[in-house]
Amino acid sequence: MSAVIEEHHDDHDHKPTGIGRWLFSTNHKDIGTMYLWFSFTMLFIGGALALVIRAELFEPGLQFVEPEFFNQLTTLHGLIMVFGVIMPAFVGLANWMVPLMIGAPDMALPRMNNWSFWLLPGAFGILIASLIMSIMGMGSAPNFGWTFYAPLSTTYGPDSTDYFIFSVHMMGISSIMGAINIIATIINMRAPGMTYMKMPIFVWTWFITAYLLIAVMPILAGVVTMMLTDRNFGTSFFDAAGGGDPVLFQHIFWFFGHPEVYIMILPAFGIISQIVPTFSRKKIFGYSSMVYATSSIAFLSFIVWAHHMFTTGMPVATELFFMYATMLIAVPTGVKVFNWVSTMWQGSLTFETPMLFAIAFIFLFTIGGFSGLMLSIVPADFQYHDTYFVVAHFHYVLVTGALYGIFAGVYYWLPKWTGNMYDESLGKWHFWVSTISVNILFFPMHFVGLAGMPRRIPDYNMQFAEFNQIASIGAFIFGFSQLILLYNVIKTIRGKNTEKATDQVWEGAEGLEWTLPSPAPFHSFTTPPTVK
Amino acid sequence: MSSSTNHDVYFIPEPSKWPIVGTIALTTTVIGAVTSIHANEINLILPVGFLMIAYLFFGWFGAVIKESMADCYNPQVDRSFRIGMLWFIFSEVMFFAAFFGALFYVRIIAMEWLGGSSNNAMTHELLWPAFEAVWPIMTNPDNVKYVAQTDIIPAMGLPAWNTAILLTSSVTLTFAHHALRANKQKPLIIWLAITVLLGCIFLVLQAEEYIYAYSELGLTMGSGIYGSTFFLLTGFHGFHVTMGTIMLFIMLIRSIKGHFTADKHFAFEAVAWYWHFVDVVWLGLFIFVYWL
Repeated sequence: MSAVIEEHHDDHDHKPTGIGRWLFSTNHKDIGTMYLWFSFTMLFIGGALALVIRAELFEPGLQFVEPEFFNQLTTLHGLIMVFGVIMPAFVGLANWMVPLMIGAPDMALPRMNNWSFWLLPGAFGILIASLIMSIMGMGSAPNFGWTFYAPLSTTYGPDSTDYFIFSVHMMGISSIMGAINIIATIINMRAPGMTYMKMPIFVWTWFITAYLLIAVMPILAGVVTMMLTDRNFGTSFFDAAGGGDPVLFQHIFWFFGHPEVYIMILPAFGIISQIVPTFSRKKIFGYSSMVYATSSIAFLSFIVWAHHMFTTGMPVATELFFMYATMLIAVPTGVKVFNWVSTMWQGSLTFETPMLFAIAFIFLFTIGGFSGLMLSIVPADFQYHDTYFVVAHFHYVLVTGALYGIFAGVYYWLPKWTGNMYDESLGKWHFWVSTISVNILFFPMHFVGLAGMPRRIPDYNMQFAEFNQIASIGAFIFGFSQLILLYNVIKTIRGKNTEKATDQVWEGAEGLEWTLPSPAPFHSFTTPPTVK
Repeated sequence: MSSSTNHDVYFIPEPSKWPIVGTIALTTTVIGAVTSIHANEINLILPVGFLMIAYLFFGWFGAVIKESMADCYNPQVDRSFRIGMLWFIFSEVMFFAAFFGALFYVRIIAMEWLGGSSNNAMTHELLWPAFEAVWPIMTNPDNVKYVAQTDIIPAMGLPAWNTAILLTSSVTLTFAHHALRANKQKPLIIWLAITVLLGCIFLVLQAEEYIYAYSELGLTMGSGIYGSTFFLLTGFHGFHVTMGTIMLFIMLIRSIKGHFTADKHFAFEAVAWYWHFVDVVWLGLFIFVYWL
């Protein structure tokens, strides 16, 4: 029923075996591993959908898929990448690393931790089943874009929308429980002496992210509930005929959606803030300003949501408020970029794979940040809205931002997880092929977007053909280059022909996680370390 | 290491089947719910899902109660539970915030725009020129598709009584808590029983109000945005009161069994927090849905 791990308990490294180890787990490392593999699997599923999209867009006209199915592809691609890849990967990293970094034996609420994970296969099973049904010719999968605007999702949504709604509910429950767990762990499980302002930045960014999750996932649950009743029980939240308003949907959705995009980037900021000091062999520049900048970004994320809705006909004063508030976010973000660069300044730099991904993150995320700044300008946004420029913008922040942060973190911590060094030359191949191809993929989208190509369409004007072909070539190279990562990870786990990792792993690494053996023992700190 | 800290002994639960049971239960319920909605009649999957959820609650909480009674939990675990409950309630606050947000948006912005204010004169003129922007909306823009209610529930009738009942129940619950802290078993049980009873009375009156709204006033979920916000806000609140009453009832049973001591009764406190939260939400409802 329960076990009390006492001091000097010497057989603390015994593990449960078989399938039960994973199904019934209460171990933060096993649960973290499951999160990461789930996310990796979803990356390939969501990526496959993206490649079908890019194949269709390789040239104008309709080649492979019908427009109706194309809409389902963009919808499922977005939903899977946001809720199935980026968020679970970050929760997985938090599960693995937060207890190690703060000197805790495990997460504060281990059983709830496992439930948070296992809800995800249920939720995505339902969602992906709707796509499979659609392929088999039985009805349509969700086809209204990952933002599921009313009335596309209410009046005109297919039957599978109701499954989608409950699937989102399950993801929300999972995220809220995960966030509560992380907050309880960080508040309550820190080793003696680990004061808040001594916590590693990754722990700080997750601490703040968890509050964002608790605040906005219930809003998402609320808005899909309104959709459900509008669709099935005759309410009129999003129908002006009954006194409601479709724009109300967008307000509620983006009140969730904007903090959500910071949920998907703040943990990446934290990972980069761990990696850059290690490979610069310096302490991070401006630790406290990093904490304050992260908090400011989190606060601002709640008062900028309507910048997604500049073309809905809001009063000018409202548009101006949201424009200026949005621009303000550039200040704390700039502080962060400045601090990373200053950390590297006069450091003793080496360029192992995690550092390469971290530096690429700083460059490419900043490009995404700048295009965001362009989009924040109301009169300019009227031109950019719903074009490929927006697609380019958010793929720079989500792929070369969030996903690159995850890649960097995986390479950085993989030796600690497995006890083996990954193959450095394969890592470098993965980095260079990915980084070149991802720019071939997304950079041309800026140009077609500025030239007026709308997003979410299967066919387009001839004038956009060249850039789309370039983007599609980049997409296929980028997509298949992720197999290098898969191979490298499996090779590292198997540990044949690999170097053993030392406890510290990286010469310049500092922090509690590097004081544990590699691989980290099944139960991390059975007695709390003291932090001076 | 200083022996005065609570870190000396960590508690980590052994592997547990409940999370998997929970996932299967929720997935079953969800599939049951959607298939029932689509077929327009409740099928067998849905009640099976609910039964599984009930099994989950009994099993999981049962395991936790056993551990608690076996004194497995140190003060650190207790703090984790407190932090968890606190932020769970905060997430519930945000859930209601979505619906209150919708209500305020409709009343302050959407309705006025439909009535032609701001720069919407032409919208009003071309779409529904007869629509008048007065809350509560007694004639919907399209009053054929959404037939508006003939009257609304007056705040100072039954809702005022319900307010008094819920506020009183918070007081009686506090009396019960004081009795528990003073180790007085009998007043604890009496005050707690009264609280459960008040919760039940509230629910009965609320059901009465719904029946009246549907049968006499034509106030339904389909009677436009007034009915939509009315029923979803009061409905989710009523659901929370139901959960709270069940939780209080279980606290009553556990009090009778003598599970709680004067200084160790977190389950009781957690339920009390939840009950006060439900109470505060009701005050918001009473003011903004019924009264103003």
